[in-house]
Amino acid sequence: MASTSGAVLSVQKSKEQSNPIFQRRWVRKALIPWLFILPIFLLHLLVVTLPALSSLYYSLTEWSGMGQGEFIGLDNFKRLIFDDPTYTHALANNIKWMAFFLTVPFGISLFAAFLMSQIKTGGIFYRLLIFIPYILPSVVTASIWRNLLNPRQGILAALGEIPLFASIFAFVGIDHTIALLGNSETALLSIAFIDNWHFWGFLTVLFLTAMQSIDAVLYDAAKIDGANGRQLFRHVTLPGIRPTILFMLVMTAIWSFLVFDYVWILTEGGPARSSDVLGVLVYKNAFRSFEAGYAAAQGLTMSMFSGFIILIFLLLRKLGWYDA
Amino acid sequence: MIKRIRGTHGPAYLNHLFLILMTLFAIVPILILTFNSVKTRQQVGQNPLGFPSEIHLENYTNAWEEGKFSTTVANSLIYVGSTVFLVLTFGGLAAYSLARLNPPGANGFMLYMLVASTIPLWLYVIPLFFLWRSIGLLNNRIGLIIIYTAFNAPFAIFLLRSFLLAVPVDLEDAAKIDGAGELAVFFHVVMPIAWTGFLTVGLVVALGVWGEYQVALIMMHDPNLFPVTTSYSAFTQRFGRDWALTSSAAVMMIAPVIFLFLGLQRQFIEGLTQGSVK
Repeated sequence: MASTSGAVLSVQKSKEQSNPIFQRRWVRKALIPWLFILPIFLLHLLVVTLPALSSLYYSLTEWSGMGQGEFIGLDNFKRLIFDDPTYTHALANNIKWMAFFLTVPFGISLFAAFLMSQIKTGGIFYRLLIFIPYILPSVVTASIWRNLLNPRQGILAALGEIPLFASIFAFVGIDHTIALLGNSETALLSIAFIDNWHFWGFLTVLFLTAMQSIDAVLYDAAKIDGANGRQLFRHVTLPGIRPTILFMLVMTAIWSFLVFDYVWILTEGGPARSSDVLGVLVYKNAFRSFEAGYAAAQGLTMSMFSGFIILIFLLLRKLGWYDA
Repeated sequence: MIKRIRGTHGPAYLNHLFLILMTLFAIVPILILTFNSVKTRQQVGQNPLGFPSEIHLENYTNAWEEGKFSTTVANSLIYVGSTVFLVLTFGGLAAYSLARLNPPGANGFMLYMLVASTIPLWLYVIPLFFLWRSIGLLNNRIGLIIIYTAFNAPFAIFLLRSFLLAVPVDLEDAAKIDGAGELAVFFHVVMPIAWTGFLTVGLVVALGVWGEYQVALIMMHDPNLFPVTTSYSAFTQRFGRDWALTSSAAVMMIAPVIFLFLGLQRQFIEGLTQGSVK
């Protein structure tokens, strides 16, 4: 290795020294640094930024994907606000979905990470196993839980045979004999549960890392003052990782609003559109019915929402909420 | 680690009890999947959750053939390998330039990448689809690889840059005094020294591409070009009732990922968590 790289270095050396253009100052200080950046920059412009900008135009057109489309002003936006109940319904589902992801995984993960931060042994073991669902492909996670939630052979059906669990289900009001994914009352919540099974371990590890960087002296001082577990969590842990919590709330709000995979794989928005979300509508409109202009307008409203969240985040940061 | 004062509050076994329950919640569904993958279809029907009474490995060969895994695994490996190669090379060059060469306007470019990384897929995928169709990149391996490379770029550049900033510059300076050009320094000095950073980013990109579903669903319609994900999705729709078969197919998709994760967990966890925070 050393000898070959040495040879290459000396070849490079003679080539560059013999070529006077490499000696010029602006070439070394500006051209070469930018030549290093340029390939990936151009690729990113081509794939992401230019199509995103052209989406702004296409959202004002009636466009099937062929040609330039017919300019119709704000008609697409009027249609989705006033004349398209599927849009309003999907938007409501997105908001429910986001409310779920801003609460349930955060509660579970803060609890789990705190428990892990307070034990001497085994922490690495739990951390490793809890993280595994996060690395599974969405199609596999969906398939695992489609089987587990099967009303005849699934996990709830099996638990329902056991008297203790049967009475718990009756008490909580769960009917373990229904198809949770095939019922319009429960489909969306079931999909959220499945997506969260995959997500919460990731959040736990992030919180644990943040908790481990809290100065141990703070815990010791609180314990000497006689603080119990709950008080430690409330007065040392939570304030100590507040920046991480806030940041992850923002990221989760953005990610969760763009949901597509799990809903599409598990229900395609059904039954009877009950689990439709905006991502599914955009996909169907753009690539199934080829109403690309209208779909672009819907996609733009989703992006405006993300932008809005980021603005709130920047505002909070300016107000100092983000500092520890 | 600093020694902490213990025992002034609740006993540790309660912590372990809750943590064991949560770990079971994470792991048991994967175990059930693995159990079902070696049962016969009838055994799954009688005993869909428990240990298998006999081991039927022929499910795996059946699933491999029925699920066309020889085609789709090859496709996915091409997508993963090419994307990782392109991201590490071109993302790495950009990160090196930003960390070391002080290009004029570097801050502007960083800001661009930061803003661009928040552009949601739904904003650009529609024009991108029709652009790709018009230039023949739809249903095309290169077309998909280009998209994967582009959308992994911001994350890779930020993370590689932060890794490079933590590497001492002495060796690079020494090579430059010997007259090496920037490109030679990058490939022969920087990459070998900062290889753990490149490994971390490579693993995260590989994991992302291996499990990617949405873009592949939109861009690839020819079953011969399907990656494992969209192919598996179609497979479960065809053989949805045969849990033994779909489970063994799923195990084949996740086993390599899980073993790689267990072997290189530090890099995986660092890359996946830092990638979202940086």
